[in-house]
Amino acid sequence: MSSAPEPAAFRYIGKQRRTKEDPRFVTGRGRYVADIALPGMKHVALVTSPHASARIKAIRTEAALAMEGVHYVLTGEELCANVDPLLVGVDTPKVVRYPLAHGVVRYAGEWIVAVVADSRALAEDAAEKVEIDYEPTPYVLDPEQALLPDAVLVHPDHGSNVLYRRTFTWGPVAEDFAHSQHQLSFRVHWGRSATVPIETFGVAAQWHPGTQLLDIWASIQMPKFPDQTARALRLPGNAVRVHFDVDVGGSYGVKRGIKHTVLVGYLAKRLGMPVRFIEDRLENMRGGDMHGPDRIFDMTAAFDGDGTIRSLKIRALDDVGAYAGRSPLQLGKPVGAIVGPYRINSVEYEPISVLTNKTAQEAVRGFGQAPTNYAIETAIDRIARHLGMDRIELRRKNFIAKDQFPYLIPSGSTYDSGDFEAVLDKALDAAKFDDLVAARDAAREAGRLAGIGIATCLEPSGGNSAFEPLFNPKNETTTWMDSCLVRVDLSGAITGVMNTSTSGQGHETLVSTVLGEVLERDPDSIRVVHADSLNALPSNSPVGSRMAIMLGGAAAGAAKKIKAALMAIAAHNLGVPEAALEYRDGNISVGDDASKSLSWDQLVEIAHRKFHKLPPGLEPGLQAKFVWEVPTGGGLPTADGRIQMYPCYSFEAHIVLVEIDPLTAQPKILDYVCGHDCGTMINPAIVHGMTYGGIAHGIGAALYEKFAFSDNGQLASQTFMDYLMPSAMEVPGIEIVDHCTRSPLTEFGQKGSGEAGYLGAPAAIASAINDALAALGKSVDELPMTPLAIWTTLQGESSK
Amino acid sequence: MKAAPFEYVRPESLAEACALLEEHGPDAKLIAGGQSLVPMMAMRLARPAWLVDINRLEELKAISIDDNTLTIGAAVRQCVIERDSGAQANLPLLGRALKWVGHVQTRNRGTVGGSIVHADPSAEIPLVACVLDATLVLKDASATSEVQAREFFFAPMVTAIAPEQCLAEIRFPTWGEARVGCAFIEVSIRHGDFALVSACAQVALDEEGRCIRAALGIGGASPFPHALPEVGEMLVGRKLDELAIVEAAGAAADLIDADGDLHATADYRRHLARVTAARALASAVEDAQ
Amino acid sequence: MSERLYKVRLKVNGKDVEAEVPSRQTLVDFLRDTLRLTGTHVGCEHGICGACSILLDNEPVRSCLMYAVQAEGCSVTTIEGLSNPDGTPGVLQDAFCEMHALQCGYCTPAMIVASHALLESNPAPSEAEIRDAIGGNLCRCTGYKQIVQAVQLAAENIAKGAK
Repeated sequence: MSSAPEPAAFRYIGKQRRTKEDPRFVTGRGRYVADIALPGMKHVALVTSPHASARIKAIRTEAALAMEGVHYVLTGEELCANVDPLLVGVDTPKVVRYPLAHGVVRYAGEWIVAVVADSRALAEDAAEKVEIDYEPTPYVLDPEQALLPDAVLVHPDHGSNVLYRRTFTWGPVAEDFAHSQHQLSFRVHWGRSATVPIETFGVAAQWHPGTQLLDIWASIQMPKFPDQTARALRLPGNAVRVHFDVDVGGSYGVKRGIKHTVLVGYLAKRLGMPVRFIEDRLENMRGGDMHGPDRIFDMTAAFDGDGTIRSLKIRALDDVGAYAGRSPLQLGKPVGAIVGPYRINSVEYEPISVLTNKTAQEAVRGFGQAPTNYAIETAIDRIARHLGMDRIELRRKNFIAKDQFPYLIPSGSTYDSGDFEAVLDKALDAAKFDDLVAARDAAREAGRLAGIGIATCLEPSGGNSAFEPLFNPKNETTTWMDSCLVRVDLSGAITGVMNTSTSGQGHETLVSTVLGEVLERDPDSIRVVHADSLNALPSNSPVGSRMAIMLGGAAAGAAKKIKAALMAIAAHNLGVPEAALEYRDGNISVGDDASKSLSWDQLVEIAHRKFHKLPPGLEPGLQAKFVWEVPTGGGLPTADGRIQMYPCYSFEAHIVLVEIDPLTAQPKILDYVCGHDCGTMINPAIVHGMTYGGIAHGIGAALYEKFAFSDNGQLASQTFMDYLMPSAMEVPGIEIVDHCTRSPLTEFGQKGSGEAGYLGAPAAIASAINDALAALGKSVDELPMTPLAIWTTLQGESSK
Repeated sequence: MKAAPFEYVRPESLAEACALLEEHGPDAKLIAGGQSLVPMMAMRLARPAWLVDINRLEELKAISIDDNTLTIGAAVRQCVIERDSGAQANLPLLGRALKWVGHVQTRNRGTVGGSIVHADPSAEIPLVACVLDATLVLKDASATSEVQAREFFFAPMVTAIAPEQCLAEIRFPTWGEARVGCAFIEVSIRHGDFALVSACAQVALDEEGRCIRAALGIGGASPFPHALPEVGEMLVGRKLDELAIVEAAGAAADLIDADGDLHATADYRRHLARVTAARALASAVEDAQ
Repeated sequence: MSERLYKVRLKVNGKDVEAEVPSRQTLVDFLRDTLRLTGTHVGCEHGICGACSILLDNEPVRSCLMYAVQAEGCSVTTIEGLSNPDGTPGVLQDAFCEMHALQCGYCTPAMIVASHALLESNPAPSEAEIRDAIGGNLCRCTGYKQIVQAVQLAAENIAKGAK
């Protein structure tokens, strides 16, 4: 079990405390990329493809360039000759992507020409004057058709539309299937949606010829962003300075504007003018590279009459659109929780990443885990229905028990800790489950459709890079560190330096809370700043629910070094061994003897000004850095593809009551409870907020949000009039019940929570809808479950 | 997403506005609340050379009531109707419809006339105007003309208004019977979204509960708001019991020429027309009790 | 030919402002780019997300759905105008901090504007009324719960006399 203390033992951690960030945001004093105004800054607008697939025969830019206020018109021909292609996450050297199309376009909305003008409005005026001759070519939109031998190829040089495909077999799948009493198969489809932050992606760049330095301000949440930008622009890494102090207006995974940044960086350098590009909503929706997974699951489960689930076969076909960045890897992360919270002996997993002529997919909250959880939880519900067993009992029967941790799953990851039964029990209690059942049954008696949804899901956290070598043998990245620098200045004030930007996760609160906890100083007095990329220690950005673990751990590590230095100073000056000293609130004394003590201020002064009192060998000043690797991280996969993915496993149990109007087919969520265990919470309000928000995202994915394409490859839901995100009227008053199973791998027992809620909500809502429809022998097998989809299902033949 | 350039002009009177429309013809566009026009201009789906702002014309902002007509100036903001006790008392159906129109912030700016002239087939106010057989008063530089709302809407964003005309006011008949009830029912995916289908009904009952008058219409299903006076006539003289309502709703759905799109197929819309028509009638009857 | 500029005079956060604007400049772009009041945000530019909400003559409206020139003679209040005179958070803003009713902060100023307008007209709103009042403001971080709680807390604090 964890060596960390019980949460109640902490002074600041886990307490209800205000955040450091909120006051500047509530007064309108955040500083987002669109708030940055550089003198002489020029603005970009884009010409984008009206075709899903076409050859570009000619581009005429003269009329646009001749317009007043227009400074430059950039085509793909020039850009592609002067920058390197953007990186792809898998080994597909012929799938080449640049910020602007060159020669061919592969989806409607793909960027072709960038216009630079004095204002965005003028740039749009000029973009209208760019003339492009197209020769439309055949396209493929359906991922299964894209797999066929005679399919239209999105990237002909690649030779097929398959970016990645492998069948993993972990454990005795054939034997488990042969010996199981029952099998069932089904297909579900996770529709294409995304987190769609209210701020679009934006970037401003300025080139300084005198110092040969490119300054970048961007709305960014992306690992290796400065490195990739520099590489594509053929600049040394130290010629790109990314300012991480830009507030990011929401991301949840998608703010990966690498192509935006390479484009704007190139223009800024080429023109010698500061250049800014803020996507408008149409550019963002059509070509912003922020669509999420679009995944068809073919599931087969092998199980016994008593409910024991022996084995799963999972085929996951993911439509990544026309280009690949890290999107194929979103099929890799679920390997680390491929059996969910269940003791399933063996798994066959066939991930297939396929190209189509659609907008490119990028990372979305959970990095592919939420769709997989939806498929697994659907399997659990179906097995229960098949056996006539209670869904909750079936889950309990298969749960990994709390005394079985650390628990090694067939695909090679070890779950750190958990108490799934306790969390589920708490959620059932909070939901007053018997009352919920009575309410559902009463609604049914009255002729309405009602259902209860259950989902018990894992949130792998502490993101590492393990899926990179797993999906690309040429990639041996196993390091995925994070860092913190702590300084105590001469006045005794503490400053924590973090090394990435923040998109709402409250990292300043995280760092200050941890530093305050370790150093026993008031977190309100601690300042936390964001370095720029040239000042920064290594970071891999807040992906994979990792910052409470990694940045929190780094801050604790650095603070402990500060504390150790203070102890050394005190021991040296008080003439006693460190073991005789007591550290309290930053002051150090010999036992309780007040006469033999040094205050914080005195210790700090010695460190900064009194070299003669410094112990030999101790660095003057008072600063410490701590850089560390993800716990358990650092291994390459085995030949059969077993690997330790993320180290820590949070758990969530969702209980939801949904009613469906039997005539209009409109669903309504009446009750929503989420039991949540992410170990020790650093700041409960932040954890709860992210969880509520994750559930709201899940409600969107389950019921409302879809990037729908028309038969001719146009994005049909390209505005907020058709891409429907839930408002306060759709998201119910969610209740969260906390539980704490500490992680043995982290400083305070914390696990991650940045993707909380989203990883189970779609599964739970789908479960509720299908519980309602099960009474009629029907089910909806695709997200989002819109009124139209539900109504169509209600009209159809019963499946049983 | 920035509008194409245009010349902006803010006339001091309706006459001046009409003169501008006459001068510039189809190159000019009136702007009132702008809640539909400004997004279309931002996406450059609309690009008038002249934008004529009628927001400040007091002559378009009056609300008046006489014996059996409530007259609303075209530039009266939707929020004003929500707060106007006379309008609420005499035209409760419009008030009920407004609960489905957008959100507080759009109703604070959007106008009654703007919604009608914009002619989105799923919009609520045009449906009420059609169902109640409102009269639209149109002005141009030289004349005033009247057109019934039921004759006004042709297709999405296509109406009987000429480029040089300005909608000046809408005359809604009010019902004087002792027992009048009304209801507005809408199925949309989220609150405040455009209707997949909406239905509104107004009924007048005699002391025995028999129908004296009934008006019903369906919005969102077809290319224009669809008033169904023939269905209303079916109900006159009948007790509006479940059977009568089911029959009427079925007749309503049969009369609708439903369209399909991303969010609803034609079949689903026809089905919803039947469901919402029945609910609107039942609710209106209950309201009249 | 350069674009014609139009004179506009209005009050913004209590101060008289006079400027020359292109007709097509939206009010939100004017507030942000010309007056540098960057607390009001742009989310969709087509009137759905609500991030650009401001008070126009004390009523909440979407500032992406009108042109700056149309604000002639109007009084505009932005998030910057809802803070205390010394720039510290007002009662409602403080309640947003207390309940952590935000994360990335992008929709927050508009949420506060919408909630402020609600509390001005309805000092003791029900949860349903709060949800209706912010129903036109999308937030992707919070799931709205802590926002609803913050507005409830502000209402309580105002009732107790907080200013």
